[in-house]
Amino acid sequence: MRLEPIAQPTLARRLGFPALALLGTVLVGSLLAMIAGANPLNTFGLIVKGAFGSKFALLETLNRATPLIFTGLAVAVAFRARLWNIGAEAQLYAGAIMAVLLGTGALGAPLVLPISAAVAMLAGALVLLGPVLLKTKLGVDEVVTTLLLNFVMLLFVSYLLEGPMKDPMGMGWPKSAALIKEARLPRIATGLRLHWGFGVAIIAAVVVWLIQKRTTFGFEMRAVGQNAAAARFAGMPVNRVLVLTALLSGGLAGLAGWSEVAGLKGHLSLDLSPGFGYTGIVVAMLALLNPLAVVPSALFVAAVFVGSDSMSRAAGVPTYIADMLLATALLFMVLALQLTRFRVVRK
Amino acid sequence: MSDILDILLSVTFWAAAVRIASPLIFATMGELICERAGVLNLGIEGIMVIGAFSGWMSVYLGAPLWLGVATAMLAGMLFGLLHGVLTVPFGLSQHVVGIGVTLLATATSYYAYRVALPQTTTPPKITPFQPLEIPILSDIPVLGQAFFNQTPMTYLAFIVAGLTAFVLFRTPLGLAVRAAGENPAAVEAQGLSVSALRIGAVVVGSGLMAVGGAFLTLSAFSSFFFEMVNGRGWICIALVVFGAWRPGKAVLGALLFAAFDALQVRLQQTPMGAHLPYQVFLMAPYLLSILALILMSRRSEVPAALMTPYNKGER
Repeated sequence: MRLEPIAQPTLARRLGFPALALLGTVLVGSLLAMIAGANPLNTFGLIVKGAFGSKFALLETLNRATPLIFTGLAVAVAFRARLWNIGAEAQLYAGAIMAVLLGTGALGAPLVLPISAAVAMLAGALVLLGPVLLKTKLGVDEVVTTLLLNFVMLLFVSYLLEGPMKDPMGMGWPKSAALIKEARLPRIATGLRLHWGFGVAIIAAVVVWLIQKRTTFGFEMRAVGQNAAAARFAGMPVNRVLVLTALLSGGLAGLAGWSEVAGLKGHLSLDLSPGFGYTGIVVAMLALLNPLAVVPSALFVAAVFVGSDSMSRAAGVPTYIADMLLATALLFMVLALQLTRFRVVRK
Repeated sequence: MSDILDILLSVTFWAAAVRIASPLIFATMGELICERAGVLNLGIEGIMVIGAFSGWMSVYLGAPLWLGVATAMLAGMLFGLLHGVLTVPFGLSQHVVGIGVTLLATATSYYAYRVALPQTTTPPKITPFQPLEIPILSDIPVLGQAFFNQTPMTYLAFIVAGLTAFVLFRTPLGLAVRAAGENPAAVEAQGLSVSALRIGAVVVGSGLMAVGGAFLTLSAFSSFFFEMVNGRGWICIALVVFGAWRPGKAVLGALLFAAFDALQVRLQQTPMGAHLPYQVFLMAPYLLSILALILMSRRSEVPAALMTPYNKGER
């Protein structure tokens, strides 16, 4: 078999295949529920109810979506330029460290929030800068270096939490001291658990979209992603574009850590991120790397996680069903996208 | 300094190094075969997890140990088939599919483990492979006990490495596989199918990765726990680069790496270790892998068509 490009994909094709991908994911999910001895309809019902069924559930989903919007944007920006940043997890923790470093009394009101956000972005960006310079200067594949740095960073955080950043009042637990009140992101409304990190995430999505649509840099990113050799031939500073893309991508992931610490947790611990960096890849792919689409995509992914958590308690299906559903959705979706653009010909 | 010397002269140290290298050798050979055929397999981390899980699970359910190894291999081959079909005939991004396969295989293992053992807090143990002392050879001073008093899976790892080198460089099939990764158009001109060669290489390679994972549960730790693969798959990708896509050099790299890993564990017990946070030692393997990538970056032995999808009839 071979693939033949389709010049003008029909609307039916462009909608049909993604719809089939989602249907396939639901079928796989049903099978998984049955394997665990549960009724599929009931299971999906409980997931939806757990994610959206009450005000509390809905806010929990929005909270969970917040770091995923940031990491989803980080991945979408990088992948658009074919920069394979799989290290958003490490960049997230770099941002979180800065949020704690500046937020526990080093800086006072009122500038502590914007300054710590900026420094968190810078820290995230620097973590990705190393792998990207290795890529542009020496040709070292960034996939492996960014992946390996995730492990290094987590160990570094573990060291900080048991050593220099350990909370003296923490009863021996490896966690940092709590942020001062001024360094915390306010709640969106009193009594709600939802914090302004969500608002910042939405703004970030719009800003990234504007950068990609309206600036030369955005155009260059796309050109480098489509064909780096052609972009170089056309006189584009490919390496500079890659470095700038990395700074933006790492910065966005750094904001994820900042927002989790300043908005939700109030301190740093080793379970700050249950893999938000890796899940960002799924978010970005389901959003077709479109910054605005990252928002609904992150909401969907967050809903699957939050809904599965509460479903698991009620129906006894292991929560790992969420990871399986998202991995399946990711693979089905990339296949569906290919099939909207190419026709399979038997030969 | 004399601490390090003491460690380097001890038999248990070298035996540990060979043991730590074994799963890496399986998985590195698996990745090497995939990449030689032109496919980067980032599913490796997840495929090692599914190998560790499925091998352990079948033995836990009563299968003999070698059947556990075969089960792991089969599970790895299934995920390899998924990776191969999506990346080769459909030409999807090898990076994205690889990450997807890793997520799927890892989640499948964890899900299945929880469905099978919903309540357990302490992971149940199985009786793993026992060391098999090879007569005469094990009498060689130091190296004898290090190399020839290991479990059968370690011997298998070295046999697999030898076989990989032999098939890749001494047989027509190996030539065809390597050509699929260097110059697929030439393979097609010979009337061979690039797709079949690449998918086949990914399936076989993934089977080996899964056996590497199974080593962890069936030969090293005797139970399955989450996060047990812990980046070993990514390290193996670095080892392939370090070994310049040659099986012999890759095995040497794995041994060197494992020796360093065994050394860092022992250094933690020395006076020097007491002065440094233990995390520094745990970071060392990952940093070492990055260093290996940097050192090898100047050489250009990368298979020319690595990561390039091949579409029949083009060009």
